[in-house]
Amino acid sequence: MTAGQALPELASVPWRARTDARWLRRWERIWHAWTLLYTAPFVAAAAGMLWLDPVTAPVAVVAAAHAWIIPELYAARGATVARPKGPRNELAEPLAQGLLGDLLGHEERDLQRATGLALERGELGVWLVGEAGALVVTPGGRSVHCFCVRATEPELPPSDRVAHLLLALRVDEEGFATVANHAFAGAPWRVRRRLPRLLRPALDEACRAARRRHTPSR
Amino acid sequence: MAGAYPRSKLFALSKEARMARLIRMDGTGHTTLAEWTTADDHAFTQAVDEFRSQQELGYIGTVPDGPGKATHVRRLPREAELVIMRRPIAGG
Repeated sequence: MTAGQALPELASVPWRARTDARWLRRWERIWHAWTLLYTAPFVAAAAGMLWLDPVTAPVAVVAAAHAWIIPELYAARGATVARPKGPRNELAEPLAQGLLGDLLGHEERDLQRATGLALERGELGVWLVGEAGALVVTPGGRSVHCFCVRATEPELPPSDRVAHLLLALRVDEEGFATVANHAFAGAPWRVRRRLPRLLRPALDEACRAARRRHTPSR
Repeated sequence: MAGAYPRSKLFALSKEARMARLIRMDGTGHTTLAEWTTADDHAFTQAVDEFRSQQELGYIGTVPDGPGKATHVRRLPREAELVIMRRPIAGG
């Protein structure tokens, strides 16, 4: 990789392994196993209690609720990265929106204006870039990774915060994913349920675009 | 004025005359810091000075290269049409 292609912010996280497609697939498997690990015991406990003595039904319901709530909390953490955050800076926003619009294609610009998320096709998958985070739907559309990442100047208008992340992503996609903090990996439908309704069309579009792409061999 | 110049000459003139911009994304939306053309050495030198002073303030130079691509630049490229100064990003 030449100097012009490497994200300069990588210097601030020298201990991190570069986030590539293989890294994402490994984390998908880890998150999948982890989800089973904390869900299965509650389901087994609920079923076991009911089998041993139906009078334990209230406790079994509580155990089953845990098996449902905990994965939901993790998915909510993933969805949070896409939510609008920080000051709205309404005076400067129209100017920032114009610059961001210039960086996007026609369809992506319309989607961004409707949902606040900028769709970007990359090598790792189809990205949705928000004000303080980004999601990538991997090729094939079967999983989504959520990343917390932000511009370091808090007073920027929302569209400038998106533009910061978009430009960094375009310079070095793997470097961008390396600098960002990984927050969640799982099925897109799990994240979609926790997204505000306004943002869901962006995830739907990203999934459609990801499904049209070749799925790498595992 | 069709035919006044050969096609290549027309292109060369328009490229020389094209105004390039150095902008900074900031709390105002964005600020234009400098403008130059490839033929204007004085304006370009001023733009280079401005670029360096922004780097000293911690800004990063990025050239949008069209759909899906951008380049990090440590020096102001004379031929670029638009150079954007941005703040570093960090994991949230």
